[in-house]
Amino acid sequence: MYNFDSPVMIVYGILTGLIFGFLLHKAGVTRYQTILGQFLFKDYTVLKVMLTAIVTGAIGIWGMRSMGMDFPMHIKAATLVPNIVGGLIFGVGMALLGFCPGTGVAAIGDGSRHAIAGLLGMFVGGLIYAYVYPSIMNGFLKSGDLSVDVAGKMTDKITFADVSHLSPWWFIAGLVVISAVVFGLIEKLTGKNPPTTPA
Amino acid sequence: MNPLTRQRWNPYLVGIGIGILSWITFGVMHKALGTSTTIAATPGAIIGIVAPEHVQNNSYWAKYLNAEKNEFYFDWQFFLVISLPIGAYIGMKLSGEKFKESVPALWAWRFGPSKTIRYAAAFLGGVILLIGARMAGGCTSGHGISGGLQLAVSSWAFFFAMFGSGVVTAFALFGLKGRSHV
Repeated sequence: MYNFDSPVMIVYGILTGLIFGFLLHKAGVTRYQTILGQFLFKDYTVLKVMLTAIVTGAIGIWGMRSMGMDFPMHIKAATLVPNIVGGLIFGVGMALLGFCPGTGVAAIGDGSRHAIAGLLGMFVGGLIYAYVYPSIMNGFLKSGDLSVDVAGKMTDKITFADVSHLSPWWFIAGLVVISAVVFGLIEKLTGKNPPTTPA
Repeated sequence: MNPLTRQRWNPYLVGIGIGILSWITFGVMHKALGTSTTIAATPGAIIGIVAPEHVQNNSYWAKYLNAEKNEFYFDWQFFLVISLPIGAYIGMKLSGEKFKESVPALWAWRFGPSKTIRYAAAFLGGVILLIGARMAGGCTSGHGISGGLQLAVSSWAFFFAMFGSGVVTAFALFGLKGRSHV
């Protein structure tokens, strides 16, 4: 009934999870106070971690591709209505629970017991979605579909570079500038020692 | 001081670390960091123990079955997800931090110290969270970080929607006064 990925991929998965969980803990984003602190604009740790990860990741991934390394991208379909409506629903759940799926699972490991109730809820959410999915898969989930021609093929798995026909590096440069401005404002707003204290 | 035993690292440094981790997952493992797919597939895997055909006939779970054997597949992401809490636990133990939380201080200030109410709210939050994630096609890791760094249009749409909605919900729940309790 069940089968497993290759041993190498299993080891890769475990290593990635251990490092990711360790890093999330070190930033304090496995804590309810940190997540709610961000939504209430008191503690900017979440934004700092996410934006820095995105910028660092983008430079490396697009850099490796520019140097000719070949590996698959994992771009999700631009069906803007479900992307945005799903995001709005997600935000409500994240503020209520105080975690997102990844930080919520990690939070169980470093002592947040209410995160266990959250994970059980997530399973039920997944269950409900599996039964709703067949009735929305061809209508709602395809609405706002943004397909463009990428290398002669129409696809909705698109980047801003695909849409604009500009080099991705323009957008990465934009991200660097925007992040620098945002971080500058945050540091000015919160002083030299932002409140990243453990709860 | 040994960085492994420090309770907190600079968030910018952690962000760089997660970014570098994504280079390795993309370039070496051919995978993108993500978690919510596994969480959504887990109930299907459990139901599949008693009713495999029921799961195979559901068009959502069918997406996560091994193409050849039509069976559930414990993949890279599954092992990532079950290792996440262990990684966080190791981080806490190495730094000697002791932390146990059933009802967060902010929550208790607004809704009282009842564990039952907090657990019910956390449960409901989890339900809403996963429905939103699967509808959008990912969560904070799969869309937010992995999608964001790929410059994916879908992911940036998700990112702004979820952040805006999270802010509105948080202020609706706790108000401006809540800011002094986090």
